[in-house]
Amino acid sequence: MIEVVNLTKQFGDLQVLRGINEKVEKGEVISVIGPSGSGKSTFLRCLNLLEMPTSGQVIFHGVDLTGKGVDIDRHRQRMGMVFQHFNIFPHLTVKENVALAPVMLRKRGKQEMDQYALELLNRVGLYDKRDEHPRRLSGGQKQRLAIVRALAMDPEVMLFDEPTSALDPEMVGEVLAVIQGLVENGMTSIIVTHEMGFAREVSSRVLFMDEGLIEEAGTPEQIFGHPSSHRTQEFLSKVLR
Amino acid sequence: MFTNMVPNLGKVMSRYGFLFVQGLGYTLLLSLLTVLGGTVFGSLLALMRRSRHALVRALATAYVEVVRGTPLLLQLYFFYFMLPELLPMLNLSKFVSITIALIFNSSAYVCEIVRAGIEAVDFGQTEAARTLGLSAGQAMTRIVLPQAVRNILPALCNEFVAVIKETSLASTFFVGDLMTQYNVIRGNLFLVIEPLLVVGVIYFALTFSLSKLIAMLERRLKAGD
Ligand SMILES: Nc1ncnc2c1ncn2[C@@H]1O[C@H](COP(=O)(O)OP(=O)(O)O)[C@@H](O)[C@H]1O
Ligand SMILES: [Mg+2]
Repeated sequence: MIEVVNLTKQFGDLQVLRGINEKVEKGEVISVIGPSGSGKSTFLRCLNLLEMPTSGQVIFHGVDLTGKGVDIDRHRQRMGMVFQHFNIFPHLTVKENVALAPVMLRKRGKQEMDQYALELLNRVGLYDKRDEHPRRLSGGQKQRLAIVRALAMDPEVMLFDEPTSALDPEMVGEVLAVIQGLVENGMTSIIVTHEMGFAREVSSRVLFMDEGLIEEAGTPEQIFGHPSSHRTQEFLSKVLR
Repeated sequence: MFTNMVPNLGKVMSRYGFLFVQGLGYTLLLSLLTVLGGTVFGSLLALMRRSRHALVRALATAYVEVVRGTPLLLQLYFFYFMLPELLPMLNLSKFVSITIALIFNSSAYVCEIVRAGIEAVDFGQTEAARTLGLSAGQAMTRIVLPQAVRNILPALCNEFVAVIKETSLASTFFVGDLMTQYNVIRGNLFLVIEPLLVVGVIYFALTFSLSKLIAMLERRLKAGD
């Protein structure tokens, strides 16, 4: 579904990604772990071109997104993204947050989308908040809203960038539960996370990134049970302590 | 001099009270036209400053720098003399020429207000909108601008207050504003201080009450966040 070929990214003199090759198949659940500053967010943001790669290709359904004349807006409709800081639209109600893009991009009619928005909100326990302004929501509620806002576009893959890192500890669980529900229903997902227990439980594959490269990739068993790279071992020994 | 102040004030008010009202009307009209025009052109300039094309950006930046780097009075003179020369067929009145000059000036300041208002909106808002598939324009009009308006509106009102004071410079060209009327009355009665006091009180009452209103508006907008 997504193929990344020789992806590099430079910010000025800073080489952040140094040649990433990776293939994501439909239905896979991929966790990306690694020390802070290793390029995980940049990698994720290159997948939907929030960051323009310096070189290399991002091939989505056979189309190189970095190519000239690619209608990136159309491809982004099929890739949902959830941010660490939610980025909920504060001037819209909860329901409007969900319904805005699908109606605007004519994915669904207004009536139909209203209905669907309520259904989605219900699924993550936000039905009662449908007409509230987001400022009244807790962090966990905001992140659940951000997830259904992305889902409303019927994406084929979901990109999560540390979806629980900005949350108070007591709210982490409710958000992880929503993500778990999604992946169990077959949603292809790429999840940058520091929740090692969660990564181990839900992933089909784990990527360990270090200094702009995928240092090691494998099943959760391999990465968490028998990491072969010295750097992976070192990282895990620090975070699992 | 001061002994006669009270009777003199009475004389000024009874004979020329209507001139102050008229002057106030012109001052308000001039300020309103300036800020409205300034808002339209200033917003356009702000968009130009965010353009993808370097030339467009450079033009807008140059405009803002030139306007901010030269005195308003100079700009007024320039338009007052240049516009009728450049567009003789339009037969522009001096009021219109001066209004255009004020709009020219205010646009540069409004441009910076709009730009700052847009930049104050968290960039994550744009990113979230773009990842949903909205185009840059759609993200701007539906997500960023509605939030930016909360920052822009109070600043625009403050610009209105600033312009009210600046229009006094337009009296150099006798366009009928409050300061023009002061000059008229001073010439008729040979009184320097008394009509000035009246004009000052009017200006102050106007700007002070407007500032209070704006502060209220600002609190409202913040609360509705
Ligand atoms: N827009 C940017 N401009 C300059 N440097 C950046 C930018 N985004 C990220 N970086 C730098 O790139 C490196 C990797 O960042 P990031 O991908 O956010 O790492 P991670 O998500 O693994 O913590 C960091 O050193 C960071 O400072
Ligand atoms: Mg990150």
